[in-house]
Amino acid sequence: MPVRPAAPPVEVRDGSVAIGGRPVLRGIDLTVRSGEFLALMGANGSGKSTLVRAVTGLLPMTGGGIALFGTPYADFRDWQRVGYVPQRSSAATGVPATVWEVVASGRITRRRPFRPLSREDRRAIGDAIDVVGLSARSGLGVSQLSGGQQQRVLIARALAGQPDLLVLDEPTAGVDLGNQRALADALATFKARGATIVLVAHELGPMAPLIDRAVVMRDGRIAYDGPALDEEDAHGHHHPLAGSHDHVPHVGSPLDELDGGR
Amino acid sequence: MSDFLDLFSLPFMQRALLAALLTGLAAPAIGTFLVQRRLALLGDGLGHVAVTGVAIGLLTNTSPTWTAVVVAVLGAVLIEVIRERGHTNGDVALALLFYGGLAAGVLITGLAGQGAAQLQAYLFGSLTSITAGDVWFTFGLTVVLLVATLGLLPQLFAVSSDPDFARVAGLRVRSYNLLIAVLAAVTVTVAMRTVGLLLVSALMVVPVATSQQLARSFRTTIAGAMVIGVVAALGGLLLSAALSFRATVAPGPTIVLLALAMFASTWPIGVWLRRRRRLLSPFPSVEVHTHTVTDEHPHEHGADCGHPAVPHEDHVDYVHDGHRHAVHGEHYDEH
Repeated sequence: MPVRPAAPPVEVRDGSVAIGGRPVLRGIDLTVRSGEFLALMGANGSGKSTLVRAVTGLLPMTGGGIALFGTPYADFRDWQRVGYVPQRSSAATGVPATVWEVVASGRITRRRPFRPLSREDRRAIGDAIDVVGLSARSGLGVSQLSGGQQQRVLIARALAGQPDLLVLDEPTAGVDLGNQRALADALATFKARGATIVLVAHELGPMAPLIDRAVVMRDGRIAYDGPALDEEDAHGHHHPLAGSHDHVPHVGSPLDELDGGR
Repeated sequence: MSDFLDLFSLPFMQRALLAALLTGLAAPAIGTFLVQRRLALLGDGLGHVAVTGVAIGLLTNTSPTWTAVVVAVLGAVLIEVIRERGHTNGDVALALLFYGGLAAGVLITGLAGQGAAQLQAYLFGSLTSITAGDVWFTFGLTVVLLVATLGLLPQLFAVSSDPDFARVAGLRVRSYNLLIAVLAAVTVTVAMRTVGLLLVSALMVVPVATSQQLARSFRTTIAGAMVIGVVAALGGLLLSAALSFRATVAPGPTIVLLALAMFASTWPIGVWLRRRRRLLSPFPSVEVHTHTVTDEHPHEHGADCGHPAVPHEDHVDYVHDGHRHAVHGEHYDEH
């Protein structure tokens, strides 16, 4: 049930993205409804990460349009409503930092320069660490944690800004089952608060029961959009959408088959 | 000894102490963000570029400090542009600046008819020739630098630790990156008179490297680095002054070597701390159904038994000889 009868958090119309002149995404139509948990799936190189990087504004769209919460991308300023978990293997950097400090940096979306943390900020940071189940370790250095725990820290960082939309780029890659369960629990808590979640994933694992809708990418296009699939469906036969035919020349090496463009 | 104490009454020594104190505070503050971005050598690159600035000052008979500031800031902007355009990685961009800056500097100094001796004062520092104006200049720049780095600490931390995340959070990442580079350029020229352009980077990086041996939070690292920077700068200056009664001891290299000595002495402590933290980090909780009792166990584990007690779910495991022993009634279990 959507909390607000508001505009959809993400709306992409006929979107295309080219990287270095090479068309990567073509003809993307995608509307993420408020309160939805959407899984964006597909093989390596199918364009799922490219799509979320375009949605978050990290990659410019070369065609079509994106609206976030009903505002066209060019006019969108409400970045505190968007939480982003980039695809990284580690939360550590060149200088030590504690779990609390890394999560606190997620609060940056709601802080003005030269102002100290307010009580509300501290509460939100503590709550985010709690949601991912790392309260007992908030004083530890992030580099002391396991890879899966570091992914939980990155999710807490995004949650600390209290976003309405959470975009996660493969947080489960290379994470053990126990930590995947902890991630799923954190996302379930977050979803129960009425937030919208877009999750890029290779395989769903313990997240599967939470997914409302799955979108499968294939060669830069949306190949499936519908209810969550079980493993066999996702890797078996695809049902392409009846989409419009485009005339963009498809670039491929001599050994590639050019059948991806339909 | 009284000769040594007399030094403090000399105006040039007082000015030198003030300049060293300010440099020791400023350089590690910005250096922490450079290390965090894995750009520890940026300061060195900017130092080399500033050599060209000094040479232009000597050629045009203007203050070399000001021309160095201008050229170093331009170099900082250039390096950010090269990095962002992505045609060259940061490493190569830095190397290009190193050689271009130093070569142009030496060439222009020659054109100006000045010898190597004139340039040397800037390359390796000349704390004792600092004027009152220089001290005020250093003071002003240090204040600007500390207000910017400490006031914008949350923003700079976010941008330096994860640029993609910071951009989606709505921060102007490019402006903040540029700010870090410009502040580094300013620091280079601040530290130019103290430790010299070729050793500037040491005062930006070595205190941070020393501090992170012992710290586990970012705040402690940056605060510790500033303390270490001040201790090294003041200590190095006093040490070189004390030794200068016997031999020619330049302050710049003394400061840097003292900082390195502090790093060398904390490094083993850091190794030990990291090993201990790893040893004592809790064991994961896994469902187990087997129950293995240890063999005959004459030793009694306890708080002071000397074996690391590692948290494991609701109890502790005592670690010794590759085993994890947990107390279970009258005996120990293998966990």
